Amino acid sequence: MFFPVVAVLAAFLVGGVFILAIGESPLQTYSLLIGSALWWPDGIGYTLFLATPLIFTGLAVSVAFRAGLLNIGAEGQLYVAAFATAWVGIVFANLPAAVLVPLCCTAAVAAGAMWGAIPGILKARFGSHEVINTIMLNFIAVAFVSYLTQYHYRTPGDAILETAPIGANAHIPRLARFIPGFPERIPLNVAFLLALVCCALVYFFLWHTKWGYELRATGSNPSAAEYGGISIRRQIVLAMAISGGLAGMVGINEVLGYRHRYYDGFSDNYGFTGIAVALLGRNHPVGVVLAALLFAVLTRGGVPVDAFTQHVTKDIVQILQATIILFVAAEALFREGLRRWVKF
Amino acid sequence: MIELRNISKRFGAVQANDHVSIKVEPGTIHAIVGENGAGKSTAMRIAYGFYTADAGEILIDGQVRRIGSPQDAIALGIGMVHQHFMLVDTMTVADNIVLGAEPGSPLSLDLQEADIRIRALSAEFRLSVDPHARIEDLSVGQQQRVELLKALYRKARLLILDEPTAVLTPQEVEEFFGILRGMRKQGKTIVIITHKLAEVLALSDDVTVMRDGKVVGRVETKETSAAELARLMVGRDVLLHVHKPEAKPGAQVLGVRNLSVKTAAGAKPVDNVTFEVRAGEIVGVAGVEGNGQTELVEALAGLVDPLRVSGDVDLEGQSLSGMNPRRRRERGIAHIPEDRHRRGLLLEFALTENAILGVHYRRPITMLPGDAVLDDGEIRRRTVDIIKRFDVRPPNPDLPARALSGGNQQKLVIGREFELNPKLLLVSQPTRGVDIGAIEFIHDKLVKLRDGGCAVLLVSAELEEVMSLSDRLLILHKGRIAGEVNPQVATAAEVGLLMTRGH
Repeated sequence: MFFPVVAVLAAFLVGGVFILAIGESPLQTYSLLIGSALWWPDGIGYTLFLATPLIFTGLAVSVAFRAGLLNIGAEGQLYVAAFATAWVGIVFANLPAAVLVPLCCTAAVAAGAMWGAIPGILKARFGSHEVINTIMLNFIAVAFVSYLTQYHYRTPGDAILETAPIGANAHIPRLARFIPGFPERIPLNVAFLLALVCCALVYFFLWHTKWGYELRATGSNPSAAEYGGISIRRQIVLAMAISGGLAGMVGINEVLGYRHRYYDGFSDNYGFTGIAVALLGRNHPVGVVLAALLFAVLTRGGVPVDAFTQHVTKDIVQILQATIILFVAAEALFREGLRRWVKF
Repeated sequence: MIELRNISKRFGAVQANDHVSIKVEPGTIHAIVGENGAGKSTAMRIAYGFYTADAGEILIDGQVRRIGSPQDAIALGIGMVHQHFMLVDTMTVADNIVLGAEPGSPLSLDLQEADIRIRALSAEFRLSVDPHARIEDLSVGQQQRVELLKALYRKARLLILDEPTAVLTPQEVEEFFGILRGMRKQGKTIVIITHKLAEVLALSDDVTVMRDGKVVGRVETKETSAAELARLMVGRDVLLHVHKPEAKPGAQVLGVRNLSVKTAAGAKPVDNVTFEVRAGEIVGVAGVEGNGQTELVEALAGLVDPLRVSGDVDLEGQSLSGMNPRRRRERGIAHIPEDRHRRGLLLEFALTENAILGVHYRRPITMLPGDAVLDDGEIRRRTVDIIKRFDVRPPNPDLPARALSGGNQQKLVIGREFELNPKLLLVSQPTRGVDIGAIEFIHDKLVKLRDGGCAVLLVSAELEEVMSLSDRLLILHKGRIAGEVNPQVATAAEVGLLMTRGH
C-alpha cells in the first residue's frame, strides 16, 4: 500500500523537474492538472468516465496475474467484445430493454472471455507462452473487427469507420439521470457502477471462494497447487477467460453507455494501460480502482495543461505515467534504498 | 586464523547474534552447530562481509580487520560456500569459477590460464571435475566441488561452508569429508555450519555451539558426545533414538504390482516395482537419492502423468489407476512431499490457506451457497488446531508460511496431512532441514500414526532415519527393488551395499 504512493509522489517530483526545465511552475501546473480533473461536474465526471475502462482492464490483468499469467491481450479482448456488443445491439435491436441490455452485456463478457481463453487453451494444451499469443491475438482482433466494420457493418455513406447505431433499447443510462445538477452531456454512465461492482465481485471471488483460492494457488506455486489436487491446465484457461471477460466489459461502457455503436479504433490503449493500472494497484481490486482513478486524473487533467500553460504540453502526462510505472517496477530497489536510509 | 569478538547483530526485533565470540585455530576444521535460527549463518555472513555487525570486531591472524563486503573478505583469504549454490547453470565450470575474477585484461578473457590453474587446483585438492562441463549437467556433489574450487581459485585460506551436506547423498558426504580432510592437511582452515551431529563428530576438531543467537559452548570434538552437543543445542535432554513399540501389521492397504514410471526422455526411473504396505506398519524405502524414490512416491500420489505410469496400484483392493491427486486424497492417501517449498506449501500464503490445501474444495471448508464459499471460521479453527497439536511456532495463523523456520513449516505440512485421517501416508524426507527437537517430535508422530492403524510408506535419504523408523525396509537401486531387509537386524553396511550395488 505504501510503495505505490511513494512511487507516485516520486514521479511527480521527477515530473516537476521537467516542468521547471521547460520554464513553468510545477506547483501551478500540477494544481491546474489535478484541480481541473476534479472540478465539479465536468472534471470529475470525465475523470470517472475515463477511469471506467481502466478499472475493467486493470482488473482483467490482475486476475490473470494472480494465476501467474501475463495477459497482454486485454486490448484485443476489449475490441472483440465491443464489436460483439454492438452486433447484438444492432441485430436484436427490437427486443425489449430488459432483455436486450443483459444480452448485450453477456455478449461483451462472452466475446472477451472467448478471446482471452484462446491463449489460455494454447498454453494449457501446448505450453505456448501466453505473452506471445495475447500480443498476436491483439493484432488479429483489431484487424478482424476493422474488417467486419469496414465491409459488413458500416453505414453506407458514413465517412467514419463505425457501425450503424445499436437499438435504443440497448442504451444504458448516463449517471446524469440519477444525480441532480449533473449535466447530461457527460458520458459517465452506469458502466462505472458496474465496474465498482466487478471490483467487489473479483475481491470476493479471489479471496473467499474455492475457485479463487485455486486460481491464486496456481499463480503462487503451480507445483503445490497440483499437489493439492488442483488442475493447473483448467486454472490457466479459467483465469484467462475471466480476465478476457473483464476486459470485454469495456465494451459495455463504450457501446451501450457512450457511443451507442462500434467505433473503430475507439480504445485509447485501455488494454495496455490496464497493465500499468494493475501493476500500480498491486493486483488488488481496491488498488486497481485507485490506480485507474489516478491515470484518469492525469489523462483528463492533461487537456487543460495543454491549453492553459505557455510551454507545458499534455506530454507531461505521459512523462508522469511512465515515471510512475518505472518507479513501481523498481520497487525492490526503492525498498532496499529506503531500508538503508531509515535503517530499521 | 579468524576470531569473532563480541559480535552482535539485530534484525528488526530479532537479536540474531548476541555477543558472539568464536575463535578458529589455523589448520583446523571448526564446526558451528545449532538449531535453525540459532544465529550460525548470521555470524558467518558477518565474517564474510554480507552483513556488518552492530557491535564487535573481527580479527584475522590476530589483527583487527574491517570486513565491509565479500570483496574485503576474499582479499583477506576468506571464501564461503552457501547452502544454495551460486552458480550459473548454463555456463561451464571454468566460466563459473572465474566469474568475477576473470583473468586477462578487461578486453580479453584469458581462459587458457584459468584452465591451467583450475586443473592444478583440482589435482592438488582431489576435486575432480571437468572444467568444460556445463553446471546443469553436473550432479549436486560435483556442483559443490565447483563452489569449493571457486573459493580456492580466489586463494581462500579459510573456507566457510554453510550446511554443505544438506544436499549430498551418504556416499557423497563420505567423499566430501575426504576432500575436506585433505584440505586441512594442505593447511587450509575450514568452518562448517551444520546441525548434523554425526558429521560434527566425524569431521571436526573443535565445536562451537550456538543457541538463540548466543554461543553456549565451545568444546573439543574428541571430548564431547552427540548427547552433550544435542543438550547444548536444544537446552534440554533429547532422545536421539526412536522409541517405538512392536508393529502389529493388519490387512494390506497399498498394493503395488509391476509399477513402472517412464520419463519423456525414455528413461525408467521406476522399473517394475512390486510391494505392499499393510495397516499399522512403516515400510521404509532406502536408496541413494535419484534412484527412483521421488518418482515412486509421486506416481503413488497421482502426480505423474498417467500415460507415463504402468502397472497396478490399489488401495484396500480398489485400483487407483488413472486417478488424479484429488481423487486419491479422497480415498485416504495423505502425502508429505520431499520438497515442502516446491510441493508442500504456498509460501506467500497465510498458514490458514496452507492448512486447507487439498481439502479446500469440500465440506467442511466450504459452505453454502453452492459449496463455493470458503468458511473462514472453520479454516481458522482447523489451522489453530493444527498449530496446537503440532506445536507450530510462532502460533500465528495469519503469518505467511515463508515466515516459519523449516521445522515449523514441516510440522504444518505434517499436521495438515494427518488431519485427513489417512489410510495410507506417503512421506518423503520428513526431517530434511528440520531441527533436532522437531525431528524427535516428527518421528514420534509418525510412529503414533502407525500405531493408530495407518499404513506408512517412508522414503528418506538419512539411512539412520529409515533404519530406525521402519518395520520393513526396501532398498531401491536404479528404480528396482534391490532387496528387502529387516531393519532391526540388518546393519547399515549391508543396506549400504544394496544401495550402491543392487543385487
